[in-house]
Amino acid sequence: MMKVLKRSYLALILAFLYLPIVVLVIQSFNAGSSRAVWEGFSLRWYGELFRNKNIMDALYVTVSIAILAAFFSTILGSLAAIGIHAMKKRPQAFMMTLTNLPMTMPDIVTGISLMLLFIFTKVQRGYWTMLLAHITFNTPYVILSVMPKLKQMNSHAYEAALDLGATPVYALFHVILPEIKPGIITGALMAFTLSLDDFTVSYFTTSPLVQNLSTLIYSEARRGIKPTMNALSALMFILLLVLLLIVNRRTKEPQA
Amino acid sequence: MLDLKMPVWGTWLMALGFIAFIALLVLYIRRHKGMSRSLFASPYTLWMIIFTVLPIILIAYYAFTDANGKFTFDNFVTFWDSNHTMNKQLIEMGFDPAEMGGGRGTVNLDTLVYSLWMAFLCTLICLLLGYPAAAIMADRQFKLGATLVVLFIIPMWMNFILRTIAWMTLLEDNGLINKLLIWLGFERVQLMYNSNAVQLGMVYNFLPFMVFPIYNALAKQDVKLFEASMDLGANRWLTFWKVTFPLSLPGVVSGITMVFMPAVTTFFIPRMLGGGNTEMFGDLIERTFLTANNWNLGSALSLIMMVLILLSLGLLRKVDPDGEGGSML
Repeated sequence: MMKVLKRSYLALILAFLYLPIVVLVIQSFNAGSSRAVWEGFSLRWYGELFRNKNIMDALYVTVSIAILAAFFSTILGSLAAIGIHAMKKRPQAFMMTLTNLPMTMPDIVTGISLMLLFIFTKVQRGYWTMLLAHITFNTPYVILSVMPKLKQMNSHAYEAALDLGATPVYALFHVILPEIKPGIITGALMAFTLSLDDFTVSYFTTSPLVQNLSTLIYSEARRGIKPTMNALSALMFILLLVLLLIVNRRTKEPQA
Repeated sequence: MLDLKMPVWGTWLMALGFIAFIALLVLYIRRHKGMSRSLFASPYTLWMIIFTVLPIILIAYYAFTDANGKFTFDNFVTFWDSNHTMNKQLIEMGFDPAEMGGGRGTVNLDTLVYSLWMAFLCTLICLLLGYPAAAIMADRQFKLGATLVVLFIIPMWMNFILRTIAWMTLLEDNGLINKLLIWLGFERVQLMYNSNAVQLGMVYNFLPFMVFPIYNALAKQDVKLFEASMDLGANRWLTFWKVTFPLSLPGVVSGITMVFMPAVTTFFIPRMLGGGNTEMFGDLIERTFLTANNWNLGSALSLIMMVLILLSLGLLRKVDPDGEGGSML
C-alpha cells in the first residue's frame, strides 16, 4: 500500500515536470491553426518553420554561435585547466574562485554586467558580442569537466616525459591530452548545449536585429504563441533533452 | 535584416589574440624545460579579467555615479524617497504598484518586497513537494531511484523560456486545462495573468533544484545508522525525525539556497504568465536598463541583488561547507 502511494506521488511530480512539455510537443503536430481544436496529425508547422526567414536566421545565429563558442571555450578552458592544475596552492585557489564566480552569479547579472561592458566601451551589441558572452559563460564549465581528469592523471607522467627529452609542446600533445580527452569532449558538448540553450545572457548582449532561437521564441510569445513557435519549442526541447542525456551519461561514467 | 558584420574592434581583438598565440608559441619553442605549465592559464586569466571582473567593477562604478559620472548615492536613495524623479519616471511608464499589493512607498521597494515574498513562498512549496520525492527516490529498496533522479536533473539545464512557454499553452484561456473544464461542464477560468500563475511557473522551474541536493544528502547516508536506530527500538517516524532528517539538513539548506537564489532573480516569468500585471526584481532591473535607459539606477539595483545573492551564498557555505548542491550534474 505504502509502496503504491510512494510511486504514485513520484509519478505525479514527474507528470507535473514533463506534462507541459509533452502537451507542447503534441500541440505542435496539430493540423489546425487554433490550439482549441484538434484537427488531426500534421507536420505542417514543421514545414512552415523552414519557410520562415526570421526563424532560419535565428537558427543560423544559434547554431553558428554554439559551434564557435564551444570551439573557443574548449581551447581556452582546457589550456586553463592544465595551467591551473599545475599552479601552487594559493594561485590555484584564486583561479578556482574566479572560475566559480560567474557560475554562482545569476544569469541576469552576468548578462547585464557584460552589457555594461559593451556600453562602456561603446561597442555595438550584436552577433559578435553575443559570441564573446557565450565564450565567457561556457569556459568555466569546460574547466570543471577537464579538472577531474587531470586530478586522476599520474602527476609525474609529464615530468617524466620532459626528463626523457620531450619538449613541453610534445609532452602536452602526447602525454597530457590523451589522458584528459574524455573530459575535453564532455566540456565541449556541455558548452555547445549551454550555448544552444541560453536565453538570458544572449538577450542582454545582442541587438534586436540579431536574435537567437530563445530570444526569438520569447519575443514571439509576448504576442501570443503561434503554432510555428510550438513546433520550434518542441524541436528545441527534444534536441536539448538528447544532448543533456548524453552529457549526463558522460559525466556519470567514471564513478560507476 | 541579419547583421553579421564584423565590427572594427573584432579585427583588433583577433589580431591581439593572434599575437598572444604567437608569443605563447615562441615561449614553447625556446624549449625551456623549467618553464611552468601554469602559463597555459594566462589567456583564460586575461579573458576572465576583461569579461567577468571588469564588468562587475563597472556595475559598482555605475551604481555610485550619476549620468554625468559624478559620485552620488542618489541611485540608492530611490528606495525610500518616493518623490524622487527616477521613481516618477517608472510610474509615468505605466507601472502600477497597487497591483502588487503595494503602497509601501516606492516602486522599487514594492518590487523588492514582492520578489522576496514570492521567492519565499516558492522555496517553501518546493521544499514541501520536493523532500518527499527525494526521500522516496533515495530509498535503497527503490531500485529505479538513481535513474529517475536524472529525469529531475534534465529540466534544470533547460532555459526557463522554453519551460514557461509550455505552461502558457496549458493555462491560456483556450488552453488545455480550460478546455477540459468546459468539457466537464464547468465555467471557463482565467488561470493566467495573476500572481498564482507566476508562482506556479516559478515552482515548476525551480523544483528540480530542491530535489537534487536533498536526494544527494539522503542517498549517501549510512544505512547502518537507520538500522541501529530501529534495532534500539525507535519506530520509523522517530528514526526519521531523530536520525534521517537531521542528517539531511545540509541538503535541505543547499536546496533552499538553490531555489531561493534563482527565485529572487526571476524575470520574464511574471511578464509571460502574469501578463505584466506584476513585476519582480529581475524585471525591474531589465526595464530600468532597456526601457528607461537608466544605467546608473539599473546598476544600483543589480548591486543590491548581487549583495542578496552573496549573503545567501555565504549562509550556504557556512551550513554546508562540502557543497551538497554544488555538483549539479
